[in-house]
Amino acid sequence: MADFLYVSGITMEFGGLTAVDDVSFHVDKGEIVSLIGPNGAGKTTVFNMLTGVYSITAGEMSFQGERLNERTPQDIVKLGISRTFQNLRLFPNMRVIENVMLGMHIHTKYSFFEGLLRLPSFRREEDEKAVRALEILDSIGMAWAADDYAGSLPYGDQRKVEIARAMATDAKLLLLDEPAAGMNPAESRDLLTFIRHLKDIGYTVLLIEHDMNVVMNISDRIYVLDHGRRIAEGLPDEIAANQDVIDAYLGGERKSHA
Amino acid sequence: MQTLLGALINGLALGMAYALIAVGYSMVFGVLRLINFSHGSVYAFGAYMVYFFVSLKVGLFPSILIAILLSGLLALGIDKVALEPLRKKKSIPIATLITTIGMSFIITNTLSIDYIFGSEKHGFPSLNLFGSLMIGNITIQSSQVIMLIVAVILMLALTFIVQRTKVGLAMRAIEQNSKAASLMGINVNFVISFTFFIGGACAAIAGALIAGYYGIISPGMGSTIGLKAFAAAVVGGIGVLHGAVVGGLVVGVAECLAAQYLGSNVRDPMAFVILILILIIRPTGFFGKKGITKV
Amino acid sequence: MKNKGLLHSFERAVDRFKWPLAVALAALLIYTPRFAFMTPANMRIAIMILIYAMLGMGLNVLIGYTGLVSLGHAGFYGIGAYTCALLMTKLDWPFWPALLAAGCMAAVVGLLLGLPTLRLSGTYLSIVTLGFCEIVQMILKQWEPVTNGNYGIRNIPKPLLFGLKLDMKNGGLFYLTLALVVLTALACMAIRNSKVGRAFLAIKDDELAATMMGVRTARYKILAFVISAFITGLGGGVYCVVANGYIEPTSFVFNTSVMILSVVIVGGLGTIRGMVFGSALLWLFPQVFRFLNEWRFVIYGVLLVVMMQFRPQGALGWRSTLPYRFSRRARRMIQDKGLKDPGKEA
Repeated sequence: MADFLYVSGITMEFGGLTAVDDVSFHVDKGEIVSLIGPNGAGKTTVFNMLTGVYSITAGEMSFQGERLNERTPQDIVKLGISRTFQNLRLFPNMRVIENVMLGMHIHTKYSFFEGLLRLPSFRREEDEKAVRALEILDSIGMAWAADDYAGSLPYGDQRKVEIARAMATDAKLLLLDEPAAGMNPAESRDLLTFIRHLKDIGYTVLLIEHDMNVVMNISDRIYVLDHGRRIAEGLPDEIAANQDVIDAYLGGERKSHA
Repeated sequence: MQTLLGALINGLALGMAYALIAVGYSMVFGVLRLINFSHGSVYAFGAYMVYFFVSLKVGLFPSILIAILLSGLLALGIDKVALEPLRKKKSIPIATLITTIGMSFIITNTLSIDYIFGSEKHGFPSLNLFGSLMIGNITIQSSQVIMLIVAVILMLALTFIVQRTKVGLAMRAIEQNSKAASLMGINVNFVISFTFFIGGACAAIAGALIAGYYGIISPGMGSTIGLKAFAAAVVGGIGVLHGAVVGGLVVGVAECLAAQYLGSNVRDPMAFVILILILIIRPTGFFGKKGITKV
Repeated sequence: MKNKGLLHSFERAVDRFKWPLAVALAALLIYTPRFAFMTPANMRIAIMILIYAMLGMGLNVLIGYTGLVSLGHAGFYGIGAYTCALLMTKLDWPFWPALLAAGCMAAVVGLLLGLPTLRLSGTYLSIVTLGFCEIVQMILKQWEPVTNGNYGIRNIPKPLLFGLKLDMKNGGLFYLTLALVVLTALACMAIRNSKVGRAFLAIKDDELAATMMGVRTARYKILAFVISAFITGLGGGVYCVVANGYIEPTSFVFNTSVMILSVVIVGGLGTIRGMVFGSALLWLFPQVFRFLNEWRFVIYGVLLVVMMQFRPQGALGWRSTLPYRFSRRARRMIQDKGLKDPGKEA
């Protein structure tokens, strides 16, 4: 139970369909762990379970000793888990800097009336948050876009802003859902460097990714899901050589001439 | 006891007429997820067309037939002129909503222009064709009976169209998933036009029945009744045909009872009291299907 | 692209000269009641423009910021007007506390309406607000001992300010409404540019994402309802003292809701300038096109339809092309930290 993120036997059923079946894993502080598997393996469902979008059918989840089961998404963000989305969920009609400032919402303390009357306490905090947001954007190389409306940015840049927004919640654990999707090779190389940088500055990262180049280069450990079940875990080299994993990706039949 | 029975009969007859208007809201909502606020004005237009052709000495029944056709075409025209272009542009939902409100403005105010029909009320030929029947102290007017019978027949016909014909199948398919339906070769725009036409035609019939019952028409006649019928559609479960009937009956009976026992000011809002109660207890109405929430 | 460039230069120019422009506008507005064309009838129209601008701002908090569509704002408007009028006529309250009570009463009802409707999505929420307005209408008509039913409330006194009676002749009612509109506009801008406004906009853009970022969406949606109802209630309170001394239930029907809605949509969703423009258009259109007689209402319908086809964001509904506005202190902090201030670009 000393684990940073500890997940034991979580199961998610929708009607008769079992999307995630008795999956266990853990993430230690400071690690980059990847969750991989073919399409429909249940990876995003695991993220949805961890962040409180779904209330799970069975199992236990805890983060830094706090139980995650039956908590609202808002509580879970406050505990220090934040995420990005597979299909980009920025606020397209808000500026990039406002998107990041919204990430700081839970740590913005001034009251409605302080804001309404523009009291000094409001001004001080609002300034701090705006500058902090710009700092975060700067760290991911997006400060130039701060004024732009999020929806007007290219796909790859929107992904970076989403990561910035997740960082702004002061999360300790970042759940990144396919951050390299839609990026060209140069962009995904930059992203790789950035995720390593995240680790260096103290974040822990749980990653869903299809780009094997990214996964193999960056992960400390890897878990593999297939049809909602965990079929393998290990270091990148072990996973690359694991026959079950190769089969899952190639669609079942065991190859004799390996 | 007798006043109760009278109110019940009155309510049932009115309720079936509401149901006829409600199906127009319901079917359009089913295929487009849109509250068509112009529907009440199409209903008024239908009644006015009957009035107009009767005044030309065309005769009551031919007049009603012409009005049905014209109202159906008007509803279809509203979709073609104003709503279809918005769908093509993938406009925001509120733009579509405002457009239907604008259309209703146009129709209602055109009717009330002096040298068209004028804003004052007009007498409408009574549909009390066969006099009234007295049972004890209860009067049953033949216009009520006609209203009930015509509406029931029409609702059965509509159910047949939706459940048993190719167009009906296409309508149901579009309701489920309009993109998939269009990929399967269904002419989505034709089906939408058809839906508007049927809705408009039913509204015209309801217009003739209700105007024939009260013996009076005015340009604004569609606004209150339109909202009430819409409430009925939601109460029954919007997008569901038999829901419109049940919703219409519930609203019709409730408002006649309320008028009888609580006062005439309570009559019109009764539909909305029921509406709010239903939405709080069961947001999808009596027969509505639960939407799928996707993450 | 060229179009955007034009808009950008325009906004820059307005921004550069905002203080002289504000002073000129203020002078013009203060002088307005003394213009020769300000007959009592025109004065009334000017005041109605201001009231509907205020109602628009109220509804805008809900639709423009939070993305919740209300079709029943006439209900809050009526509650405000009746609360203020009843307190002044039956309990002899002075105008100012009665006005505040009008806003608060509407806000409380907004809270009560907001609570059960939270689990309803988009269209259904609009339907409930529509029903709400009809029920308010019923109560106003039916609760005769208090509301005087269909006859409405008569002999509503004029407000007093330090012993001075505000009326049409001395322009007092115009200034009163103007002051409230300005305050409301400032309040809306303050809300918009704070965490509350950001939470509203986030809910409008993507409610689930807002939830995942820790925004208590349910609370903020109710807050939007309450703020919106409060502003609309204040609008009702002002209306009751400018409306020839009497109000009746038929002033607060579905059509009134539609008028408020058309102010917001035609003017420009989410903006303050749009509310003023939308309201001016709504009230001046029938005046300017008087020669069209009854056709003008048909034309207003055509205007709505055409507008939605070609400019659904509303006449003045553009998003600012100016950079994000950091305060002077924030800019200094940015410089100290050596971050590039994107606001200084170009």
